[in-house]
Amino acid sequence: MDEPMLGGMAQTVLDRAHPLLRPGNTNCGGCGMSSLFHMMDHAAEDRRLQFVMPASCAAVCGGVFPLSTFGVPALMTTFASGSAVASGAAAVAQLNGEDTRVVCLAGDGGTYDIGVSSLSAAAERNEDVLYICYDNEIYGNTGGQRSSATPAGAITTNLPEGKTQQKKDILSIMAAHRIPYAASISLAHAEDAVRKLRWALDLKGFRFLLVLSPCPTGWKSEPALGMELVRLAVRSGLFPVLEIFDGKRHVINVEPDFSDEALDMYLSLQRRFQKSGVCAADLRPDLDRNWQNLRVLSGRIVPARRGP
Amino acid sequence: MSAKLLSANHGAALAATLAGRANRAGRGFCSGVYPITPSTECMEFLCLQEIEKGRVVRTESEHSAMGVCIGAAAAGARTFTVTSSNGLAYMAENCMAAANLRLPVVLAVANRTLGPPWNLWTDHGDALMLRDFGLVQFFCADNQEVFDTILCAFRLAEDPDVMMPVMVCMDGFILSHSVTMTEIPDQAQIDRFLPLTAIPHQLGDTPHTLGQIEVPHQTEAHRQQHHAAMLGVPLVYAAIQDSFEAIFARRPADAVVAYRAEDADTLIVSMGTIGATAERAVDMLRAQGHRVGALRVRLFRPLPVAAIRKWFAGKQRIAVIDRNISLGFGGILWGEVQALADPGTVVQNYLAGLGGGDVRPEHITGMLADLLPRQIAGQPAMVEAV
Ligand SMILES: Cc1ncc(C[n+]2csc(CCOP(=O)(O)OP(=O)(O)O)c2C)c(N)n1
Ligand code: SF4
Ligand SMILES: [Mg+2]
Repeated sequence: MDEPMLGGMAQTVLDRAHPLLRPGNTNCGGCGMSSLFHMMDHAAEDRRLQFVMPASCAAVCGGVFPLSTFGVPALMTTFASGSAVASGAAAVAQLNGEDTRVVCLAGDGGTYDIGVSSLSAAAERNEDVLYICYDNEIYGNTGGQRSSATPAGAITTNLPEGKTQQKKDILSIMAAHRIPYAASISLAHAEDAVRKLRWALDLKGFRFLLVLSPCPTGWKSEPALGMELVRLAVRSGLFPVLEIFDGKRHVINVEPDFSDEALDMYLSLQRRFQKSGVCAADLRPDLDRNWQNLRVLSGRIVPARRGP
Repeated sequence: MSAKLLSANHGAALAATLAGRANRAGRGFCSGVYPITPSTECMEFLCLQEIEKGRVVRTESEHSAMGVCIGAAAAGARTFTVTSSNGLAYMAENCMAAANLRLPVVLAVANRTLGPPWNLWTDHGDALMLRDFGLVQFFCADNQEVFDTILCAFRLAEDPDVMMPVMVCMDGFILSHSVTMTEIPDQAQIDRFLPLTAIPHQLGDTPHTLGQIEVPHQTEAHRQQHHAAMLGVPLVYAAIQDSFEAIFARRPADAVVAYRAEDADTLIVSMGTIGATAERAVDMLRAQGHRVGALRVRLFRPLPVAAIRKWFAGKQRIAVIDRNISLGFGGILWGEVQALADPGTVVQNYLAGLGGGDVRPEHITGMLADLLPRQIAGQPAMVEAV
């Protein structure tokens, strides 16, 4: 098959894996998923990747047939099938002794909601798949409806008063499958992120990565502030950055300072929280409970070190 | 070649196993499976087989079973799955995806009524629900035919001029659970019959995206290509029959199977096992002096229009028996074939065996007693078969 063209220019060998996400993609400015691609690029180096993507913004950003903005082969699937399709592709790579890393990249809708059954099953079967959820806490592609990853207090197009239920704890759910590796990734902590991506790429079995992915369009935030928002979410303890090995060993990678100021800043920089007026004081009791639990799980009752 | 006592479920699984092994020098075999009555024994049997360079993934749903096949086929493997009824309904979204992605998945269906209310028995409504998805559809009348058609289905699905999923239907229980002698070729013969799977658009090293966004004129072009490939299926299938016969010394059944139809003035048209029963009814009616023949539509998609038209030519009356109902319309087969008869031919639709009712020769002779005096056709008529 002829290599697809990009903007009228034939691809060269150099274009191939680098960058993973090439110019001409349709992502909004400031999209966290775009940053994730660049980090994956960095982490993947010369490793052979294949993408599997269920319906989502990620599936759209590949561009219009026959162009492809991805630097590696990619397969778009139905919304609920990311993990199942990735299982099939990974099985064939394994049967043929290939070291291709099959990477399923899915949104929170494709992960927490409609895809949760195939995700859980692929994890339980311990398929050789790296599953990455870029969690923008909303159905971005369909214009911003709630998902079970939408946090309490955020408005969505179908919840104009704001969500009252809490966000689902998908990382714990995945860890409970006792998969070899489950971790959360902060795009604002590039070194930690690239280390984990690389580790996950080279591991065998089912690996799950959760990425808090700023979505200026859905969060009603400034595109330039995405990384800052992630930093605030990590600093305040809202988004714990940790890794879980075999569902047992918990390691907290970034120690928050639990600043209410950071949390209030995080909330106030996103207009999705404006209507409900949710503030740090509302969230803190739950965050504290969550962190007490994490401390017990990680075996560190006392924080290792303070800092961002 | 050896003969074994096998149910159609086991025969289908064995055909898939042999086809899977035949791709061991290629990119292997991968199947996603999930149980549902009456196709369960097919997936169970497949799970018992040792397939070199093969894997059967026990998924959590039919949706994922087809999902696994999609991923595996996109990675270049030979793929197979099996289901029934609600399983097929649940799988439907991915059947459409496999078809649109032009992936040569072979799908066996043990036909069963859709529920709830739950009914385990055979009805073609499950498979016909996917009529317009771009899958080739065969309906079989005996176990040997199921086995042979599955082997042919791999060859057909993977033919470069076809390159799309092929569904092979067997009537639930009537075939899926009936044990008959089935001729099973040796692996070496199967290896000769089935070339290694080669999917031109499989994922490799070159960055290209399968299933991405496309705009209306591209979809138009893709539908046109898919449609043209569909229309070419009867010719490709005929060539596969020749090749099958050359290797296995036995000819798989035609796309349309006629029985004592040449000199008949009246035809009984049906699909699946009712077609076999219709042949017995024809013998009974012939003995009474009626010039009756039968026509069994084995290939339903693409509909072999030319062949059906040829057999319809000059007939005075045609009974179309449907084991399905498109509610608010009538039988689906009738809807498809009535326009292929000569003007003036009385084409009467009988709905029989819905929900698995046992259609016996006397039901069919009863239909003929209704049809023969008719000068014009009436509304589709429900025939109780219990
Ligand atoms: C079965 C099915 N239902 C609904 C849709 C419509 N749909 C496409 S993408 C999407 C939301 C995706 O949300 P998410 O997974 O969070 O990814 P994001 O768009 O936010 O990147 C929906 C509802 C679909 N494609 N398929
Ligand atoms: S809607 Fe959000 S997730 Fe989707 S491309 Fe835009 S910024 Fe990215
Ligand atoms: Mg989302």
